[in-house]
Amino acid sequence: MHLEYREFLGTLGSNSNSVYMGNKIHVKVNGKDHQHEVEPRLLLVHYLRDTLRLTGTHIGCDTSGCGACTVHMDGQAVKSCTVLAVQADGASITTIEGMANGQLHPLQEGFHQMHGLQCGFCTPGMIMTAADLLSRNSNPSEGEIRHALEGNICRCTGYHNIVKSVQYAAEKINKEVAP
Amino acid sequence: MIPTTFEYTKATTVADAIAALGNGDGKILAGGHSLVPALKLRLNQPERLVDISQIAELRAIREENGGLVIGAAATHNDIATNPLVRSKLPMFAESAGQIGDVQVRNRGTIGGSLAHADPAADWSAVVLAAGATIAVQGPKGARKIAASDFFTGIFMTALAEDEIITAIHVPVVAGARATYQKFAQPASRFALVGCAAQRTPDGQVHIAFTGLSDTPHRDHAAEAAVSGKPLDAAAIAAAAAAAGEGVSINVDHYASEKYRKHLAKVYLKRALEAIA
Repeated sequence: MHLEYREFLGTLGSNSNSVYMGNKIHVKVNGKDHQHEVEPRLLLVHYLRDTLRLTGTHIGCDTSGCGACTVHMDGQAVKSCTVLAVQADGASITTIEGMANGQLHPLQEGFHQMHGLQCGFCTPGMIMTAADLLSRNSNPSEGEIRHALEGNICRCTGYHNIVKSVQYAAEKINKEVAP
Repeated sequence: MIPTTFEYTKATTVADAIAALGNGDGKILAGGHSLVPALKLRLNQPERLVDISQIAELRAIREENGGLVIGAAATHNDIATNPLVRSKLPMFAESAGQIGDVQVRNRGTIGGSLAHADPAADWSAVVLAAGATIAVQGPKGARKIAASDFFTGIFMTALAEDEIITAIHVPVVAGARATYQKFAQPASRFALVGCAAQRTPDGQVHIAFTGLSDTPHRDHAAEAAVSGKPLDAAAIAAAAAAAGEGVSINVDHYASEKYRKHLAKVYLKRALEAIA
């Protein structure tokens, strides 16, 4: 898959007088350090999926609309299809693979318990965006949850159970924090 | 979608960025939320990108001469959550919080949005109504461009190809009331029509529209209907009647000319009622 992707890149047109220049990047992904030489045009989502083989981050629309590719960059939710891998140099990235810590993250448990997914394609992005919200506001209202998830599209659930899943996670996190 | 090849330079100072940009074949990269989609669609095929996002002075928000100076590389989220902005320029925090979605606000920058000059971008109406000035710098030095002179057409600005935006200078007028109200396209969250309005204690009202026509603009006819008068129902109705008249109105598959003009009047009315 990785080789095919590189070969695919080679078939694409490029500016006649530009030369391939590799840029060294150093990123921490899910707590693990990585160093690679990447082409400047490589998107962060392709770096995660094809170079690091972390395929939990999905590509939905590829136009920064749907949010399926959402990951955390230095603690903030970003759409990795609209970030160049070179822009992530020096950054700390968390993907859906980095959420469970021996046991499911409360959001993952919430999506499981509250039927927050049907096909599951949008779920990694939904969870990463919801985690960004809960890190800023651990007790969001339903309206705040819906507002925070505006950049994530789900074609199956009608969002109702996704909101319930986030509420489940918020409740669980608050119970764990409370004495 | 894969962009064409380009070289990438991470600038550490504004001077470095200007030197690396060159004239015409380079592009400035900050948050990349207008540029990267354009690169992926190959609407833009620059020879090199100069990344200014790591230049700390470009991200700062500070007070100067009684106004606020917002660094060009401040993200929408930086602005929406900044305590100085929230207390001194609440319209800026209010509008920043309505741009795109959380992920877009975490990356996109005010300078990038202004330089890209999408005719439906939110910041354009806000800087026009606030009477802001755009500070730019190039090989020939620094200059300031009034927001009212900055937008020259669809995706067109007064910025030269070898210049970069460094900051947005916004006057803070004691007792001014201002708001930004928009009808967001439900998928993209761009403004089908957005209206920014500011009323200063001397009774002067600035009204600016985005999304309504090719170029964001002040609506002087609507301003004349309410400036220097009490903001009562009659004055607001007169401003709404004047709004959007005499401009070439955008037509696309989201909204006809008639509907957009109607939205302009409705959102102007809401904006004026909010600051009355």
